[in-house]
Amino acid sequence: MNFLVVVEVTLRRGIADPEGATIERALPALGFSGVSNVQAGKSFRMNVEAENEDAALDKATALAERLLSNPVIEDAVARLAEVHAT
Amino acid sequence: MTRIAVVVFPGSNCEYDALTGVESLGADAELVWHSTKDLSGFDGVILPGGFAHGDYLRPGALARFSPVMDAVARFAEDGGAVLGICNGFQVLTEAGLLPGALQKNAGLKFLCQPTTLTVTSTDSILTANATLGQELVIPINHFSGAYVCDDETLARLEGSGQIILRYVENPNGSRGNIAGLANERGNVVGLMPHPERAMSTLLGSADGRVLLESFVAPRVRA
Repeated sequence: MNFLVVVEVTLRRGIADPEGATIERALPALGFSGVSNVQAGKSFRMNVEAENEDAALDKATALAERLLSNPVIEDAVARLAEVHAT
Repeated sequence: MTRIAVVVFPGSNCEYDALTGVESLGADAELVWHSTKDLSGFDGVILPGGFAHGDYLRPGALARFSPVMDAVARFAEDGGAVLGICNGFQVLTEAGLLPGALQKNAGLKFLCQPTTLTVTSTDSILTANATLGQELVIPINHFSGAYVCDDETLARLEGSGQIILRYVENPNGSRGNIAGLANERGNVVGLMPHPERAMSTLLGSADGRVLLESFVAPRVRA
């Protein structure tokens, strides 16, 4: 089976996020109020071939921890987006 | 004569500065491509500045998987002198050869300026010839130079004398004003400033010489 998996990488709590903070500070000037806790991160989409959903997520989580994120400063979460017909 | 390997990744751009820097101090230096798997015969290895593998994903994230990095890890394990400058420092943290990580500068600006550093430990292959408390003017040239680590790591680094260089005025938001640090044995060192660009008063500063002189000095392996 082929699964479309999305991996989101965000900075760990307590790690300074100058990019998110800068975006948040720009919002009021553009007329957007009431927006807080803006966090900048990265999103990766990939097709993962696996036996089932759990196996696909395990594979994506493993590669996210090894390559897509730096565990010293970032958290990675993998989720299923949709199932492709094989 | 001390033999130094300067590793060239696709996207490195300070390799000739590093090469010329150590050669000017009498070392025999050689550029080695990142696919090299053997560093035997060298006394020291430099991972130079630049944008290895385009800095895609994160600075150093892809470079740590270059074939040469297994050789660098073995070289370090055997007590060889390993120096990561700027991008090279980022590669060493990504590879786990030095603790912590380098994050985007606090001001989100690419910083290219002289900085004043204080030598806070002489217990490393880079600062052995310097004096404790000595101030050095050395340029920085980076976007992701803010040193980050958890409280426990910081306390450990503070206690063990592994923080070898600190900024007098913190330019980038680095924890503990850290500009450079060493591993526990002192044979693996990373720093964001560029000592190889501070080799001549004619070009602004010669304060990098004392650091690279320490690095190329003949030594018995730790």
